[in-house]
Amino acid sequence: MADSVVYLYAVTDAAPAEERTDEPVLAGVDGVPVRRVVSGDLAAVVSSVDPTRFSEEALRRSLEDLQWLERTARAHDAVVAGVARSGPVAPVRLATVYLDDENVHALLDERAAEFTAALDRIRGRTEWGVKGFAVRSEGDTSPQVTEDSKPGTAYLMRRRAERDRAARGLQDAAEAAEAVHQEMSALAVASRRYQPQDPRLSGRHEEMVLNVAYLVNEAGAEALRRLVGQQGGQNLRLELTGPWAPYSFATLEEQA
Amino acid sequence: MTSGGLPLPRSRARPTEPRQESTNLADILERVLDKGIVIAGDIRVNLLDIELLTIKIRLLVASVDKAREMGIDWWEHDPTLSSGRGDLAEQNRLLRERVDELEAGRATELGGSPPAAGSVEAAPDDSAEPPRRARKPERRPERPTERRRPRDG
Repeated sequence: MADSVVYLYAVTDAAPAEERTDEPVLAGVDGVPVRRVVSGDLAAVVSSVDPTRFSEEALRRSLEDLQWLERTARAHDAVVAGVARSGPVAPVRLATVYLDDENVHALLDERAAEFTAALDRIRGRTEWGVKGFAVRSEGDTSPQVTEDSKPGTAYLMRRRAERDRAARGLQDAAEAAEAVHQEMSALAVASRRYQPQDPRLSGRHEEMVLNVAYLVNEAGAEALRRLVGQQGGQNLRLELTGPWAPYSFATLEEQA
Repeated sequence: MTSGGLPLPRSRARPTEPRQESTNLADILERVLDKGIVIAGDIRVNLLDIELLTIKIRLLVASVDKAREMGIDWWEHDPTLSSGRGDLAEQNRLLRERVDELEAGRATELGGSPPAAGSVEAAPDDSAEPPRRARKPERRPERPTERRRPRDG
């Protein structure tokens, strides 16, 4: 087995070296500095990794280990974000591993047109994530429970009122989220909706009613921030993440 | 948990400014596992087999202390998960008490009909063998069984 295999982070422009002289050397997975494999106008950002730890078998195990996964995911994202600081970047999915530089070279050659198109789509643009959470309205007036209601009836009515209020709140939040999404889509070059994260995964009590990634240019980013800053109404709380490298938009599929 | 969001609004848009270190792990995983260009490298891995939620639950089951060190503590506030943290001995003691209770109840119910050999009534209190004939103890949601044991899935 070879001494090392090649971990691929992203594909970017093969910018002239003098444009990158002040660029800090990025540390990749396992702290190994990244390097570039250049072919034509494209450069693959890679680093050498231990073949015993990046074999199919080892990866299958490691991917189930959240600590390993977190370290690797953060390292992966840090490299991608670092590359994004100096040019357009097409991030590759986590744990894409080649046996040697030659094969990476071959990849760049074979799919040069697709990579170039993907980079052109996202050049000068960034991805932002917007999540919307339903806000529970506490001080709502609940339907009247008359004084002479039986305790059991009053309890049931209260329960039903609470349930109705929660459902109404969720629906209001979803409608507000829809309106916000329309507005934000108008600012964005492209948008991609994602499944709301499960409350257990997001670690939140509030129900997520919106989970979208927007691809924006600089002006769009500013406008997007402003919109999120204004919030979406009393039933909806918006949260912005980013800027992200265009993970959601640098795809190889030919799409408009 | 912290979010990766930046202070809002900002006077200048700098798309390339670095994100905060504290970017939510879930947000990162969502992107690096679910998004990004999919190319079949030389080493085949199937990331689609991995469910983010399962990962987090597995983490919870496997290593609660490590998770806490990482600042992941969402289950602390989850009523369905946060109740079963009594230590094993205590749980054992309670379970035995419960079994004794049930056994006693059953004996009364059956009008003291003679139990089979090796009966629980005759067994010493610290018998480790759970009584086979006993009715299933009622579910006690406030004390679920040991939850750190890895589960299937």
